[in-house]
Amino acid sequence: MDRVDVEQLKKGEVDLGTSIMAVQFDKGVVIGADSRTTTGSYIANRVTDKLTQLHDRIYCCRSGSAADTQALADYVYRFLQLELQFTQEPPTVHNAANVFQSMCYSNKNALSAGIIVAGWDGINGPGVYNIPLGGGLFRQPWAIGGSGSTYVYGYCDATFKEGWGQDETIEFVKNTLALAMSRDGSSGGVIRMAVITEDGVERLFIPGNELPKFWEGKEVLGATPKLPGWQDTPMAVEA
Amino acid sequence: MTSIGTGYDLSASTYSPDGRIFQIEYANKAVENSGTAIGLRVKDGIILAVEKLVHSKLLVPGANRRIQTIDRHIGVATAGLLADGRHIANRARSDAASFRDLRDSPASLKWLADQIGMYMQAYTLYSSVRPFGASAIVGAVDKDGPSLYVVEPSGVYYGYHGAAIGKGRQLAKTELEKLKLSELTTREAAIEAARIIYLVHDDTKEKEFELELSWVSPETEGRHVPVPADLLEEAERKAKEALETFE
Repeated sequence: MDRVDVEQLKKGEVDLGTSIMAVQFDKGVVIGADSRTTTGSYIANRVTDKLTQLHDRIYCCRSGSAADTQALADYVYRFLQLELQFTQEPPTVHNAANVFQSMCYSNKNALSAGIIVAGWDGINGPGVYNIPLGGGLFRQPWAIGGSGSTYVYGYCDATFKEGWGQDETIEFVKNTLALAMSRDGSSGGVIRMAVITEDGVERLFIPGNELPKFWEGKEVLGATPKLPGWQDTPMAVEA
Repeated sequence: MTSIGTGYDLSASTYSPDGRIFQIEYANKAVENSGTAIGLRVKDGIILAVEKLVHSKLLVPGANRRIQTIDRHIGVATAGLLADGRHIANRARSDAASFRDLRDSPASLKWLADQIGMYMQAYTLYSSVRPFGASAIVGAVDKDGPSLYVVEPSGVYYGYHGAAIGKGRQLAKTELEKLKLSELTTREAAIEAARIIYLVHDDTKEKEFELELSWVSPETEGRHVPVPADLLEEAERKAKEALETFE
């Protein structure tokens, strides 16, 4: 069977080569994403919003093809609206994730979409559901996705602790995304986040010049000790 | 029947001048001629009971069941044309299955009753089809607790504490009204249901019948299943005893 590969988009297709994340805490979830959308090496949009609302307290983080994930999110949004009218009660995060999953799975040969569905509902409380490329469905305490996520799995494993409150969770998401964005060429721009709890949704924004800073090499290079009598040896010029 | 001969009853797509659709009323007649089916929604579950008339001694006992399972937690008892009842059950099964497929959670009975209602209503619209000659009592324990609905040939459905359809429905309803349904347990209700079915059975007109009894109770882990053999046996014995002393 043909393999789906985000690196194999059609020529000129708009890609969310992305860093996305969702983390569950006791009262809700924190979701976050970078803001870079590219066509090849060109940044088509540097302030993209990859956090898409599916229902009052259900969001998704989109990665992969912009067109595919927008279409999927639109479909699920419409499905959940219709569902609300039919049942007169809000859908669960699990239900929303499952609709996404069935679409991603049954069209797996045509789609490149890696999605994290997260939110809060009255039945199960907070929930994070990861739907990676093949169309699987996995409930997780935290999930990261997109090309940038590969650089920060170790950081997340080493850092995440169960039982965090809202503020600690926000810091975790912010730091993870900043790290991912600094290493991944297809991620960058600003950080967009949302905190989803029973009380509602709060959107957070970190501008590009206020991203958390980590080691970037300068301190070590600048601090190279110059011993007395030490001289730079210029590189030999060939021929 | 004043409708006969007027020409307004030839199809389900024709109204009579006073706004009735006679084909639907005839469908109701098909239900009224059938063996009784009752449903009880009680404190901790639901009970379905059917008076299945056995028209031939040559039939295998337990054949042509009129209580069927739609989903793990949903049961249906039909009255009217047996084949129509089975078709409704099969349709409901595929509705419930596709609900699970898409959402990975079980359908609520409210949703399912609505689906069945819409499906049956569609058969009152066209000259090429006839309305279903069957009514369905659907019962389940879902996320909202025990619930019970009756869907009629017109497509309307109502929620009930206790429901009765078929031949003996009038007497059955008066008996159901005497019960404190929301205080009964499923075990108590099973006994009552059997008693009512034995009571409404008219053995001057019909000779043989089989009692079908199913439930969703705390004992079944939320599943719709026939009541266990010992309870069925106890219910039938007590029903026969009650008949001796009735009135």
